[in-house]
This record gives sequence, C-alpha cells and structure tokens, in this order.
Amino acid sequence: MLGRSANGIFWMFRYLERAENTARLLDAGFRMALTRGDSASAEEWRSVLVTMGLEQAYAARRSDFTGPQVCNFILRDKDNPGSVLAMIEGARTNARMVRTAITREVWEATNESWMTLRDMLARPARETNLGEVLGTIRRQATYVRGAMDGTMLRNDIFNFARIGTFLERADNTARILDVKYHVLLPSVAWVGSSLDHVQWETVLRSVAGDRAYRWLNAGGMDARGIAAFLILDGRFPRSLAFCYEKLRSNLASLARAYGEETHAHELLRNAGARLHQTTIEQIVESGLHEFIVDFIACNIDVANAIAQDYRFTD
Amino acid sequence: MPAVQTAQYDEMFGPDGEVRAAYAGYDAWYRGQDQGWLRKQAAEAEGFFRRTGITFNVYGDDAGEERLIPFDMVPRIITAAEWRRLSRGIEQRVRALNAFLHDVYHRQEIVRAGKLPERLLRENAAYLPVMAGFVPPGGVYTHIVGIDLVRTGPDDFMVLEDNARTPSGVSYMLENRETMMAMFPELFTQVRVRPVSDYPRRLARSLAACTPPAAQFSAGERPTVAVLTPGVYNSAYFEHAFLADQMGAELVEGSDLRVVGGRIAMRTTRGWQPIDVLYRRVDDEYLDPLTFNPDSALGVPGIMDVYRAGGITIANAPGTGIADDKAIYSFMPEIVEFYTGEKPLLQNVPTWRCSEPESLQYVLDNLAELVVKEVHGSGGYGMLIGPTSSRKEIAAFAAKLRARPDNYIAQPTLSLSTCPIFTKAGLAPRHVDLRPFVLVSPNGVDITPGGLTRVALKKGSLVVNSSQGGGTKDSWVLED
Repeated sequence: MLGRSANGIFWMFRYLERAENTARLLDAGFRMALTRGDSASAEEWRSVLVTMGLEQAYAARRSDFTGPQVCNFILRDKDNPGSVLAMIEGARTNARMVRTAITREVWEATNESWMTLRDMLARPARETNLGEVLGTIRRQATYVRGAMDGTMLRNDIFNFARIGTFLERADNTARILDVKYHVLLPSVAWVGSSLDHVQWETVLRSVAGDRAYRWLNAGGMDARGIAAFLILDGRFPRSLAFCYEKLRSNLASLARAYGEETHAHELLRNAGARLHQTTIEQIVESGLHEFIVDFIACNIDVANAIAQDYRFTD
Repeated sequence: MPAVQTAQYDEMFGPDGEVRAAYAGYDAWYRGQDQGWLRKQAAEAEGFFRRTGITFNVYGDDAGEERLIPFDMVPRIITAAEWRRLSRGIEQRVRALNAFLHDVYHRQEIVRAGKLPERLLRENAAYLPVMAGFVPPGGVYTHIVGIDLVRTGPDDFMVLEDNARTPSGVSYMLENRETMMAMFPELFTQVRVRPVSDYPRRLARSLAACTPPAAQFSAGERPTVAVLTPGVYNSAYFEHAFLADQMGAELVEGSDLRVVGGRIAMRTTRGWQPIDVLYRRVDDEYLDPLTFNPDSALGVPGIMDVYRAGGITIANAPGTGIADDKAIYSFMPEIVEFYTGEKPLLQNVPTWRCSEPESLQYVLDNLAELVVKEVHGSGGYGMLIGPTSSRKEIAAFAAKLRARPDNYIAQPTLSLSTCPIFTKAGLAPRHVDLRPFVLVSPNGVDITPGGLTRVALKKGSLVVNSSQGGGTKDSWVLED
C-alpha cells in the first residue's frame, strides 16, 4: 500500500477516536456540572480544556468556564481547529483520500457520520440537547468501527487503522490521567470524602470505565485501584496496557506481512515491557505524574517512528 | 452548407404521441406506478448519491464545493439494432483516431496527401513534438475514448465531439445503473437491459494488455496498474477513486511517484514499487514539469524520459489531444476515409472553420443562428449559443471572433433529440446527448453497451454539461 494511504488511514482513525473520546470527556464534565456547584463545575470544565490542550486557545476568547460555552467551543467553534466538528471533517477528508483502501461500507459510514454531525453541529448545542449530541458522536464512531470490523480485510491497511486508533486512545487516557492524577494520589484522596468519590467517578466516566470498575470491585472505589485499572488492567479496552497490547499485535502483523521489524517495534517492545513489569505501588512510589509524562512522550516517539518506518511522507 | 433544422425527435414518443418500440416495456411499467411513490423515489435518489459521496466539484464556486450531478430516473433507451449500427460507426471512428495519431507523430502522410493543412499540427498546443517518432507500448494511443453523440432524427446520429484525452463520466454510467437497480429492481425483470457493470474489469484488462517493454513478470504475476489523480480537490476525484477501487489499482498522486532505476515507482509502506501502466487523469501539460509546465506539482519529474525509454505505459498517451481538437474535428470525415478507406458511418456535425475567411464571414453574418465554440475549450465554457443569446452578447462575441478567428469553429444550432425527464407534473421532454465509452488495446476495440446520457434539465436548454447545470440518466441498450 502507498505510504500516503497508510498515513491517511492512520489519521482517519486517530481523528475518529479523538472525537469519540472528546464526547466522553464532555459527558463526564456535564454530569459533574449537574451534580456539583458552580465553582466545582467551572474547575471541571477548565480541566476538560486542559486535557484537550485547548486551555490557551479558549482563554484567548473567553474568561468564564461555563458548560455551554466550553462545550460549544470544543464541539463546533470555527476558531478551534481541534473541535469535534473539525475532527470529523478531518476523518472524512482522510477517508476520501484513502477511498480505495477502505470498503464501501466504511466509506459510507464515515460519510454519513460526517453529514449527520455537520447538520447536528450547525447550531450551538444547548443543555437540553447536549446529551443527545454527545450520544450521536459516540454512536457514529461506533458505527464506523463496526463497519470496519465487519467488512475490512485483515491486512496492512487494517493494521494501520488499528494502530491509529490505539495510539490515540492511549494518548487520550494518559492525558486524562495527567490532568487528574492529583485526585488519584493517596495522600490527598485517602480520606475518601464524597467529593473524592465524585471526582473518581468523573475520571472513570470520561473513559467509559465506571460500570466495569464497579463490577470488578463490588461497588467499592479507591484512588490506587482506579489508577491501576486505567493504567495496568489489560482487560479494560481504554487502559494503557490494553492499548499497548493491541499496538503490539498490530505491529507484529505488519512485521509478519512485510518480513521485517522496524525501529517502532523496538520502541514499543520496551514500552510494553515497562507497563508489564511494573506495579501500581512502584508507579505511585516513583511518581504517578512522572510516569504519565514519560508515557505520553514515549507514545509520541512510537507514532513518529511508525510514520518514518512506513514512509508516511516523502 | 445545409442548415440541420428538422422537427424535434423524441426518444420515447413519436410525433402523434405513440410510444416508440424501444420504450414499450418501460412505458408499460411506468403506467403501472403510483405517481406519489415515484416522486418519493426521486427525492430519495439524491440522498443515495449524497451518502455514497458521488459528488462533483464545481470550479470557482466555494459554497458548492461538492455538488451532485442531478440524476433523472427515466432511462434513455436504445434498441439492439440502433446500438449495432452505432457500435460499427464508433469502432470505425476510434480506429481512425488511433491511426491518425500514429501518423501525425510519424510520417504525416495525411498532410503529404493534402488532406489536412500542416499548420493545424504545427500551430497546435495539443501537438507534442516530444511524441514524434515514438510508438507507445502496444501501439495504442487512446486506451479510453468517449464519443459524444447527438441525435436529430430516427436514423440521424452525429458525433458532436471526440474525447481522446481523459474522457470522464464513466463512473456515472455505472452508478446510475446501480441506483436504478436499487430503486426499481422489478423493472429490470420486465425489460432486458445489457449490463454495464463489467466496465472496470474490461478497463483493467485493456490497460494490462499494454505493458511497457521494461515490465517483467514471473508466472502468475499481474502488471501493476495505478490511477494518477490531481488529488482530492479535483472535480472528478470521485471518479478517479471509484475506478481505482473497482480495478483494484492504487490511486496515486504525483507526490507519491518518482523515477527509480529507470522506472516510475510509487512510495509504498515497504519502499519504492515500480508501476507498469499509469492510467493518468492529469492533463498533458501537468504530467512532467521537466518536459511541459515547469510549475506543475501534479506530475512526475522525468516521467517522459522513462516513457520514451519503455519504462512505463501512460494511458492515454501524451499528445492524443491533437485528435480531439475542435479544429481537427472538422476534418474527421476526411480522416476516417483516409485511414480506413471507407465512408464514415457516423456523420460529423457540419462545421465552419472560422480560420477560413469565407467561413468567418458566413459565421459573422449568421451568429444569431449558430453555436460558436472555442477550438480548445471544453465543458461548455466560452461558447455562444446564438438563438438564446441577446443582441448585446452576440455583438460582444463577434468582437472576440474577429480578434482571433482561428480560435473558433461554428456549427448550426442542432435540434437535439429530447427524452422525457420525471418532474412533479409528470414526464416532460428535455434535450439529451450520449457518451459511449470505448476501450482500445492491442486485442481490439471494446465498446460498453450504454454510456452516459447527459440531459439539459432546463426547459428548452441545449447545454447538457454538468458544469452548467445538466443532469444525467441511466442509458440502456436493450438485449436482442
């Protein structure tokens, strides 16, 4: 396949994944705002912006952190190149570029998603329909993923799509942890006040992990357990360990098909080993924040190595 | 020259409103349908095209970056006997075009024989000196040709234009049929229509039959075919992607390609891989910045050297534009006869060459009745349709014509046949043309039964170009 096509499908799925994760993040923020006072929710909206790396762009335009303003900035603001609408457009433009690499079903799902969300986001979202808008974003991403799963040949094209998905997902989960690590630090959260519970619940919700976590822990909740769940639990599809296992297997398929490993394989093997051999105690001991910062940097290195090894650009 | 003004011919209905034989089966079906349901289907067709992304980019129109070509659901129907006659004429014409191209880039016998003024080649930007003395792989110049036909009477089909460079629209031929079969499946059980869906397979086979000398295959290997597109913002990008997808070929851009070891190679995830046949949808002048337009970013530097050294097949060959030039067009009857030794089976539209003083005078005197076209124009741009133009527009055009007479040809305003379209008020006649698609390979000439019918949606309008608000129809050739 063309290096340009690999690049296109990689970014198509990164954008889709980011759009979906953004919807979850907003959903968690929205729920927090409904259950807490104004100051707590303003803080929550600010942290959503920080997680997405949009705090400066937002601050340049507004000073108040209220739900509708933040949501609409993130969802559809024309001045925000990182808006959900821009991501969906980016996914669709890339899909159009790699039209010959995807099935008709995947293309039509992507195109329909773009049409649906473009129409839906033509007007500002209000509190009354925000839930519906966010639900539609999640559903459309699921739709494309389902078309992908059901119709695509399992070859290098598929591998690059999955690699884009899981690199992005790992990055998104890590960024949520990076912004929220302080609520998961034992020294602060040991007491387990009701505010802590709300905070923890928000973190879990923003990665669609609240239900799974409660089920695994019989309803109990503690900071260290949540951190371990999001970083190390290989059963949870948005944990770092899960994403890296998927990256490993997709890169391994590429190496099998192409008959050789690349620099990216080596980087990933090292990163995977670090995740595999460590415990949550060791992570907290040597610094949860430092661990996350290192992880995000490593994730970027892996992405760059893949782009270079597989000739994404000239 | 005679004015070709006959009574209007309608494809479906005879002069007294009787249904023609070609439409008997369709008419029986149509009369059994509920009008409200048909209106609903017509509205849904648009949604279908939007979802599948069959869109057309219109230049110079930001708001409408991706537009649909309107689709009309009444098919244009051709009988088996009509098609047999047309095919023979098309094949003869396409063979003549290829023989002509070989000749103009070699000994120019047609000029020596005094049948074609040499100046028409020498002064023509479409004539590429770099092609002189070179024989493309397989001896084929025009691998893909679109012949634009118009009808003015029961037996009067005329060629309006030859498209020998990069004819477009074949994806609409295919998608229009898919749409019709999805919308009205039972119609196809009642009327036997010859299929068009194997066009991409035929195209792939036709291209693969023209591999360049440098291509080497082990047993069981197939030639590597790629479609070269100017990119995602090109007006016909959908079609480029569609054809590559259907042929299982790579869709490449100039930036994916470079010269590697005397071949043209594409940058794949595993390194540089040579291409054997390049179906290019990029115009000649952008193909190679080293040979043609130095500012082009759409082409591949050095591709012409590789081509001439036998490293790649380019389809269509560079320089084929000389055969569909409108100034050359007026000589087509002579060209067909010169190379085939036969009288042309398909007529040309009578054409005045404004470069000739007598013709120019006639054209200036009769502008209000004529259609005047730019010699190198296409897409319905820069033309004058006398009968529908104001006196002011005609005067302005006359000035342009006097300033550069050799830039124009003129033709009578033809009474193009009409075919009904479906409107809210029922069937209404609109003017149509027909573009069948023709494949040429060393194995012969292959014409897909059908083509693209373009229809002027505005009442009375004669301009069918999609860039000017025309629509398309499914085109049926009936089984015998």
